[in-house]
Amino acid sequence: MDYPIITMIVFWPLVGALLLQLIPRDKVNIIRWSTLLITLIGLAMGLPLLSGFKVGQTAMQFAEKAPWIPGIGISYHVGLDGISLPLFMLGLLLVVVTVLASWSIKERVREYFSLLLFLEVGMLGVFAALDFVLFYIFWELVLIPMYFIIGIWGGRNRSYAAVKFFIYTLAGSALMLVGILAIYFTSGLYTFDIVKLMEVGYNHQLATFVFLTFFIGFAVKVPMWPVHTWLPDAYVQAPTGGSIIMAGILSKMGTYAFIRVIIQVLPGEFTRFAPYIAVLAVISIVYAALTAIAQSDLKKLVAYSSVSHLGYIMLGIAAFTQVSLNGAVLQMVNHGLITGMLFLLVGYIYERTQTNEISELGGLSVKIPILGGMFVFAALASLGLPGLSGFVGEILILLGSYSTYGLYTIIAVFGLALTAFYLIRANQYAIFGVPPATMGEFRDVNGREFISILPLILLIVAVGVYPKPFLQYIDPAVNIVLQMIRG
Amino acid sequence: MNYYLALIVLLPVLSFITLLIFGKRMGEKSSYVSIAAVLAGFALSIKALLYVMDGGHAKIAFTWLSIGNFDVTFGLLLDELTAVMLVVVTLVSALVQIFSIGYMHGDKRIGWFFASLSMFTASMLLLVLSPNFIQMYIAWEGVGLFSYLLIGFWFEKKSASDAAKKAFLVTRVGDLGFVIGLILLYVTAGTLDMDKVFAMQFAPVVAGTISILIFFGAIGKSAQFPLHVWLPDAMEGPTPVSALIHAATMVAAGVFLVARAYPLFEQSPAAMQFVAVIGTITAFMAATIALTITDIKRVLAYSTVSQLGYMMMGLGVGAYAAGMFHLFTHAFFKALLFLSAGSVIHAVHSQEIFDMGGLGRKMKITAITFTIGGLALAGFPFLSGFWSKDEILLGAYQSGHMAIFWIGLLTALLTAFYIFRVVFIVFLGKPRGHHSEHVQESPAVMSVPLIIFGALALSAGLIGSPLTGNAFQSFLTGGHGAEHHPDYMVMGLSGAVALLGIFAAWLRYGTRLLPANIISKDNLIYKLLVNKYYVDEFYYKYLVKPTHAIAQFAYTFDQRVIDGIVNGVAWITVRFGIGLKRIQTGYVQGYALYMLVGLIILIIWSCRVLGLQ
Repeated sequence: MDYPIITMIVFWPLVGALLLQLIPRDKVNIIRWSTLLITLIGLAMGLPLLSGFKVGQTAMQFAEKAPWIPGIGISYHVGLDGISLPLFMLGLLLVVVTVLASWSIKERVREYFSLLLFLEVGMLGVFAALDFVLFYIFWELVLIPMYFIIGIWGGRNRSYAAVKFFIYTLAGSALMLVGILAIYFTSGLYTFDIVKLMEVGYNHQLATFVFLTFFIGFAVKVPMWPVHTWLPDAYVQAPTGGSIIMAGILSKMGTYAFIRVIIQVLPGEFTRFAPYIAVLAVISIVYAALTAIAQSDLKKLVAYSSVSHLGYIMLGIAAFTQVSLNGAVLQMVNHGLITGMLFLLVGYIYERTQTNEISELGGLSVKIPILGGMFVFAALASLGLPGLSGFVGEILILLGSYSTYGLYTIIAVFGLALTAFYLIRANQYAIFGVPPATMGEFRDVNGREFISILPLILLIVAVGVYPKPFLQYIDPAVNIVLQMIRG
Repeated sequence: MNYYLALIVLLPVLSFITLLIFGKRMGEKSSYVSIAAVLAGFALSIKALLYVMDGGHAKIAFTWLSIGNFDVTFGLLLDELTAVMLVVVTLVSALVQIFSIGYMHGDKRIGWFFASLSMFTASMLLLVLSPNFIQMYIAWEGVGLFSYLLIGFWFEKKSASDAAKKAFLVTRVGDLGFVIGLILLYVTAGTLDMDKVFAMQFAPVVAGTISILIFFGAIGKSAQFPLHVWLPDAMEGPTPVSALIHAATMVAAGVFLVARAYPLFEQSPAAMQFVAVIGTITAFMAATIALTITDIKRVLAYSTVSQLGYMMMGLGVGAYAAGMFHLFTHAFFKALLFLSAGSVIHAVHSQEIFDMGGLGRKMKITAITFTIGGLALAGFPFLSGFWSKDEILLGAYQSGHMAIFWIGLLTALLTAFYIFRVVFIVFLGKPRGHHSEHVQESPAVMSVPLIIFGALALSAGLIGSPLTGNAFQSFLTGGHGAEHHPDYMVMGLSGAVALLGIFAAWLRYGTRLLPANIISKDNLIYKLLVNKYYVDEFYYKYLVKPTHAIAQFAYTFDQRVIDGIVNGVAWITVRFGIGLKRIQTGYVQGYALYMLVGLIILIIWSCRVLGLQ
């Protein structure tokens, strides 16, 4: 590329947010359509990344590097590899979906969409940043808009959820900052450059301490058991758009950072602590699945299922084989698509029925057959139905993890049965059966809603039916990660 | 050939996509698309069969995914085993779909019905053509999915959506074993391509462990003991679905899986023994339950469970070709029985056999076809089921599995009895219930498929019988070692028990020679059978309820303990903050002092930590 493509894509939404301020706040429709246009342009700008990406090349691609505060080794350094590119693209896509899902936002529309665009800058930045300071800034940039989105447009219990989300994740990222500073001062390089640090690997005697700071920061973000309890509150109270972004992208920031920072910068500590990470991952899988079974609220059920599914990704990362890591990265994308779709549908259903209580739902396949059918589809994708994308990621994780953690892998397989248990029950009680007499009449999916769901369905099927083209991007990058550590 | 092979699978997929989009608008016309696709598939399958009979094999292969040196090769594989399955699947599917035109007439979701049948057929074809275990597993779950959706086709009915859920979850439990088996296979063999795996030699323990784990998948899908509980409930689905999916094809997929993975199973005598024992238990247990059932479809369901047990028994005792032969004949006579039962249900609007009676005079074609199906199932001499069941018993006998042989023979007696119990109650005697008095024969679109299946149930067994030199078996095994001299003792015994069973049923239900209360309702064995050995109750009490209890505990723990700690920390912090307020005097000098103190502490601490004394 002969132009700074990543910078342009990352900061384009910021320009868009500024442009949005030119529109009078009461022209709600213009604001919506403009935001949609802005995010679509962002997505379109990202397409050359896919075609221009050189599969198999070892270095970071589309890299841009410029001194920022050279005196203390801070540079503006961005770039993508086969691990971050899929997540970067996922972010671009899910923001478009979120805008379409946010048509129902009626109050302070301009503020909402502006915050969403700020959020986009942060998420894209995290996946592209190759300098710790930059990484940290983007990481924090995500936090603030999300706090407001939950706190202002959320459900009944929104302020509790927003504050909990904010403090919890802020505490996590404050620790991360301590870790970043410790690396800076003790690595001997006096640099914040992630690529440079990756090349040497950080092995100072403080490494364990640094590992813990990062580990806690990322584990909160993912989240892993036992630092997950902000999640059900935040996911459930957030407006649909917020839930999609949190489950789809924000959780991937955590899992992505595990690979980029913990594996690649702290390989020694990762190797030491991987068995413990695997234990937490398996606990997350089983514990969250069990908790999901006990839910009577559809949105909460999806929230806990998200924690459970993230456990598989963490298991794949901790197992650290080529197959399991490929599976984990692919599953990050799948999780974004599938959990995003579930939250989207839960939101659309809520807009009609005004309830998420499973006991007050039922018979949605009679009332709204297309939306109901789509929910069944998403639930099946989520439980890893072969032929859909979730299966490919899951089976690769399981095949790849067994040689490292046999017993944990077997337990994770049993988690699949629990997953089927709660999702099939959700199908039965919310979608099948007879609608309760109190339920009104609703319109089935409208054009906007349909368009918002369609790309997710198509991608879920495409990855599930033929994963090779997708893994082509991921595998070489995973190979590099493996080689760096095994020498 | 490759081109035709791809077309066989793709045609029903195209039909599915078409009907998914236009099915609602097309309504009843949906059936034309779906039936055209499967009939074309049938014609091509015949072509494929002839091609294989000429000694041809075909394979399409492409790389599905590739990670490092781990390649997963998908594609389509045509050999003797798949050629037979292709013909069975497309033929039964075509006839069942034609029957459905009449049976499903007027249903408001008929477009979706035919779309699902199309995609089911495509998945089943993909399954039998799989050259790789992952592809097979994908198709395996695909057929399971459409089974789930079609059992719950009338999802407004709670019993139907309950049954769908149960089918999905119970088979999923079996699939856990399947998945673990595949993981172990991958770890030991480094590949999941069948031709590579089957060319390898494993230690018997390894081969046995993997085989038995894979067999768990078959236990779920083929409704073997102890995961048989979903199949009788699955009868909540429309009857054509029961005929196609839950009698002829999908439930036989487990048998097919064992047959396909036979080179692996054969490396472990223990695994073979396991298959044989599970099959025998299943065959016997299901036949005993079928004795007391009064719902016509559920009798057939237990009968299917029992017959699938026979097939497993055959495979397990080493009679590979006999097991597959029974799959072949069973597909026709059981589909015939189900569709005939459907024809009866269509007319009587009930599934209770004691609501029926005397239907023989009013529904002549149905009565004849059901009876033919019953005779074939009972193993009445020279009908299709006779030849194939005899081959399995012979296999058990010749391999020295005497206990299995005798239980198999006893089960054959029970089989003849329970099916003719139904025949005599439904078609003889006086009408019971008001619907039975004015019933009519079903329309031609339903009776023609019945007649074709009837012809097949009569004659399909001949191609595997000694009369044709066991042509079926020698085709399947590539010509070696399958032809054998008939054993007239075994043949005579199996024919005799069939006749004996039918005669006993006639004594009891066809005449009034035996009193109705010959078995007391308080009899322990009767209670055990009527309650289906309490297997469902066992699962509910020891599996479902504890899961819910643990789940509830996990959630309470999450709320009270884990989140409690989080909120507790927050509360303490707030308290602490209120305390700290006192030192917030508002004087800038004060803050500066705090900062200075803090900074000094931090520097000292950092130096310590960094070892910079």
